[in-house]
Amino acid sequence: MSLLQLDEITLRFGGLTAVDGVSFAVERGEILTLIGPNGAGKTSIFNMISRLYSPSGGRIHFEGVDITRVPAHEIAERGIARTFQNIELFDNATVLANLLVGRHRHRTTRIYEDMLFLPKVRKAEYANRHRVEEVIEFLDLQRYRELLITNLPYGVRKVCELARALCTEPKLLLLDEPSSGLNVEETDDMVYWINDIRSELGITVLMVEHDMTLVNRVSDRVVALNYGKILALGTPSEVARDRGVIAAYIGA
Amino acid sequence: MRPIFQTDYDQDIRLLRHPGYWWSYGTLLLLALLTPFAVGAYLQSQIIFVLIYSIVGIGLLILAGFTGQISLGHAAFLAIGAYTAGYMQARGVPFLIYLPLAALLTGAVGAIVGFPALRLSGIYLVIATIAFGFIVEEVAARWESVTNGNDGMRIKQIDLFGVTLSRDGYGFYYLCLGLLILVVLIALNILRSPTGRAFVAIRDSETAARSMGINLAVYKVAAFSISAAVTGLAGCLYAHKLSFISPEMFTLLLSVEFIIVILIGGVGSLHGAVLGSIFVVMVDPFLSYLKDDMPRILGGLAQAVGAPNAAALQETLSAIASAAGLKGAIYGVIIVIFIIFEPYGLYGRWLKIRLYFELFPLYKKATFRRQKTYVKSERNR
Repeated sequence: MSLLQLDEITLRFGGLTAVDGVSFAVERGEILTLIGPNGAGKTSIFNMISRLYSPSGGRIHFEGVDITRVPAHEIAERGIARTFQNIELFDNATVLANLLVGRHRHRTTRIYEDMLFLPKVRKAEYANRHRVEEVIEFLDLQRYRELLITNLPYGVRKVCELARALCTEPKLLLLDEPSSGLNVEETDDMVYWINDIRSELGITVLMVEHDMTLVNRVSDRVVALNYGKILALGTPSEVARDRGVIAAYIGA
Repeated sequence: MRPIFQTDYDQDIRLLRHPGYWWSYGTLLLLALLTPFAVGAYLQSQIIFVLIYSIVGIGLLILAGFTGQISLGHAAFLAIGAYTAGYMQARGVPFLIYLPLAALLTGAVGAIVGFPALRLSGIYLVIATIAFGFIVEEVAARWESVTNGNDGMRIKQIDLFGVTLSRDGYGFYYLCLGLLILVVLIALNILRSPTGRAFVAIRDSETAARSMGINLAVYKVAAFSISAAVTGLAGCLYAHKLSFISPEMFTLLLSVEFIIVILIGGVGSLHGAVLGSIFVVMVDPFLSYLKDDMPRILGGLAQAVGAPNAAALQETLSAIASAAGLKGAIYGVIIVIFIIFEPYGLYGRWLKIRLYFELFPLYKKATFRRQKTYVKSERNR
């Protein structure tokens, strides 16, 4: 059974069909990349998986369970974490606080227990902070731990968002353009991290990416989209040779 | 500058981060405890108002400052707390029961107000809360069997185990101080726990909060409810302090005063609520000074230097100073000045002054300058 299964997913905005009957499956332990020109529907697919959008048609299954109508906040609980194309961090909080929000799905305390800060809450805090420190170490964020997000450069924010997603301990990680706005070195780091996330943490990765060197270096399989439809699906080299893909990118 | 070396998680979690705070907050507490013995009756009465306003300010900070849901209807929550106290007291319920009951009832109403707020944000939420304020004001005026309508309600002095706490006495002062400290502790506990982080997450990015598994409905309603409950608690004290309540006391202007409390105090920190309250409560004595003494002094001054129409000047000045709505105008000007020049409020100013001395002579003006945030996608809203 695939980890994530999309069946004939469709999304319409009025007369515009952004995603048109897309089906593919993400297998456990693989890194699958969605590529395609702007407006191909990549981020829309992400938003449907994380339930920010409701599909107009089709079904999404995660671990064999239908999540097509599950509310957005339950998606994280089921083990799907994501990052955003335009970075959606909590700007007026420290890096540490941002990562601790990532631990929200593991919370064991109720609101009134928090108000009284019972010993139980303190114990849960230790556990959360311990896990967050592991992620901070994994992504080398130690020197930024106490800084506000507003004071961080773009590249570091990208990493913080990845770190926050990892703090939820997901089974499936959705990365929306992890290398956009990063320089060559930072992109290099990102390649290593994505590979490590899969090999060390055992997390399956589904990502949207434009940087083809990064795509070739990390992806097991690639899905090429255009105008909301799948053009090609296969290994990076197979997709790069596909006539439809070449036509979509270069013309002719 | 005091470097803090972190060796365990408790250092981040505990309320007083380092031993220095024991001294500073200990001194503050001692001063607060000794205040009634050091100040006159008038000042003590004003300080009680500061304490009550601070409680409301902290309630509003939880909602507006930390969850990002701005409310211009907090006077209504205050009214609900006050009327609950008045109604219960008239029916012989003891203080220790109707005080928490006022908070609980207001909290329940707050939750009900929170539900429609789930679909509203920004300016629309502000308008909805203003409407709620008007509704409560009107209900208080019309529901005569409970609120006694526009005739208002007399509130008797607090009776605590047979001891009467007069509204200007030491006992009432310590009661208000104790409740303020309790509310501050609860607010701090919320802020250092997952609930508080969820609030802040909702303020900064609802989209990201949802994808991190935060149920917006639960936490927004919780924020409304907690904020309302705290305000209701203050309402109970407010009623006793005034000893008389009527609907026209809980108008939009009072809600604006509460917003000013947190705006001027500083929205980022609980300190702001107390600093802002001191400021707002002191506007009244300042206004009466403006009304009574200023025209005479300036007029006298004009006469002394031999200005031709000193008497006319004095008259004009006193006409301006006693004009209706002057308070509102002054509030407006103050808000604009603070938003432009000191968005972090009095507490932000204090932080800057403190840092200046800590880093002397290395303080840079740009230390507190924040970069504009990168574009966020509004599409998912």
